[in-house]
Amino acid sequence: MADVQALRTADPFSHLRLAAAPKPRSAWRLGLQGSEFTWAIAFIIPYAGLFVAFVAYPVLYGLWLGRDPALYFELMSEPIYQRTVVNTILYLGIGVNLKMFGALMMSGFFMRRGWWVKGLLLIYVLPWAVPALPSFISIHWMLNGQWGLINNAIWAFFGIDGPGWLETSRWLALGSVIASHIWKWMPFWTVILLAGRMAIPQELYEAAEMDGATGIKRFTHVSFPLLANLYLVCTLLSTLFTLGDFNSVYFVSGGGPALSTHVLATLGIRDAFEVARPELGVAVVMSALPLMIPLVILLMRKLHTTEVSL
Amino acid sequence: MTVALAEGRARRPNYRNRRRWQEAAALLFAVVVLIWTLTPIYNIIAVSLEAHGDVFTNDLFPAKPSLESFWVVITQGYWYLEFFWRQFENSLYIGLATVFFTLSIGSLASFAIGRMRIRYGWVVSNAALLTYVIPASFLAIPFYRIMGFYGLSNNLWSVIAAEVTFATPYAIFIFHQYGVSIPIELDEAARIDGASPAQVYFKIYLPLMAPALVAVGTYALLLAWNEYLYQFLLLSSKKSMTVPVALAQFLNSDEAPWNYMMATAIVYALPPVAIYYAFRGRMTAGLTMGGVKG
Repeated sequence: MADVQALRTADPFSHLRLAAAPKPRSAWRLGLQGSEFTWAIAFIIPYAGLFVAFVAYPVLYGLWLGRDPALYFELMSEPIYQRTVVNTILYLGIGVNLKMFGALMMSGFFMRRGWWVKGLLLIYVLPWAVPALPSFISIHWMLNGQWGLINNAIWAFFGIDGPGWLETSRWLALGSVIASHIWKWMPFWTVILLAGRMAIPQELYEAAEMDGATGIKRFTHVSFPLLANLYLVCTLLSTLFTLGDFNSVYFVSGGGPALSTHVLATLGIRDAFEVARPELGVAVVMSALPLMIPLVILLMRKLHTTEVSL
Repeated sequence: MTVALAEGRARRPNYRNRRRWQEAAALLFAVVVLIWTLTPIYNIIAVSLEAHGDVFTNDLFPAKPSLESFWVVITQGYWYLEFFWRQFENSLYIGLATVFFTLSIGSLASFAIGRMRIRYGWVVSNAALLTYVIPASFLAIPFYRIMGFYGLSNNLWSVIAAEVTFATPYAIFIFHQYGVSIPIELDEAARIDGASPAQVYFKIYLPLMAPALVAVGTYALLLAWNEYLYQFLLLSSKKSMTVPVALAQFLNSDEAPWNYMMATAIVYALPPVAIYYAFRGRMTAGLTMGGVKG
């Protein structure tokens, strides 16, 4: 497997890199002079302004809103909040890992040859192309205990009444939300990982086959070591995106039954706007920082050292 | 030698059999994937084709499929759909403005960082990276308040500002990556000929960046079209809200007219799906061509 090692350092994902490695020269090599410097400043100002007005200011204002420690003590003693934290952990732990592992497997499947595999890929990415809201509302109605498509199908095929997916049990509802999230986002990560797989040179597989690596071995000794870094970066990014995922929970279960399936993102909005206590809402969101900060640091570091990105 | 040949002959049919089984298993798997992917989409279509009273039945297929609910949506013939086209226009306006500002702000910034190599450019790209990894919904509460300070509440521009804020970091990365494949000698030659940075940007950089612009433009449009939370928080009046906000309002009404909702959803979903499939090739090409160096 020495070849694989060599290739790993040679970075097979050059096509996926954003900040590509060779240090680009500048036409303005000797530094910017006079009016050119003014031009460069003028070019950067729109983004700098955007960042200050709509990112830095809200972040600082949010930190200021959630500055009172009493808010956090209040949250800790609240059963709804405690359940929300458990839900968020389950949502991230199960949802992200199932989704990413599924995407890894699906990307392997789509490496198969044949016209129908290509056709299937076109249909498979549909959940990603369809806007989130219509699909989630549709899933919400589909899971309706009395009139929904799923229970109608269960009745038609098995002659029994299906459960009230969203109305009765916290775990069924949370499971439905996680499944909806996977349904919507797995195609996107599949496409990314598929691009990663396509970047692996075919000769490598041929060489591995000579050495007797086929089937599972081919995956564990060739594909996965080469994909591991990309997979890790994608998982980290996906964890952060999922942490902020508002739509799946809000439209599929709406936090119900009895506020038992909220996650931090939806509970924060509820506390701020329905309960009309913005400070408390900010505190809910801020309580995710102990998880977020290490993730962000790890991710930034990964993106800088390996320069694998999306 | 003969042993090996005999073995090869004996193994071949076995091998072919295995191939056939594998193909069958793959097909079976494909059917499962199809059902999983298409069920919610089938549900949208099936419900939208039902008559108003037939929604509350236990049919798997619409009993009397009709296009009536689409007609109701298009002619705004239901009190919740009173301003449908106005709201669609708002969505479109927000989407197009998001594309325009994301592309211009993103390409200007990446030109200054990547081509002109402005000092401390890395600070800006790190700021962008940080924005990219912060979940947008976590900033919603202070963002809402600040829009009030700016005097932009219930104004489409507040939503445009939000969408641009969260789309531009991605744009900067893609442009930066793609820009590496454009030879810097072009800039040098133009500069020796006396071109100003603005001329280099407009005459050399932008035309050569076209594939990346298309890719990022599609991304920004889909982002604005997908987004709900900011539109919901920042737009409150019926005439200023967008289609997703209006659609979610249906949900809160006592007897949600599901067939109208699903018809609205289909009309709303068609443009992004069409754009996605039209630019799919370019989108992936734009994202992967950055590394193909000449």
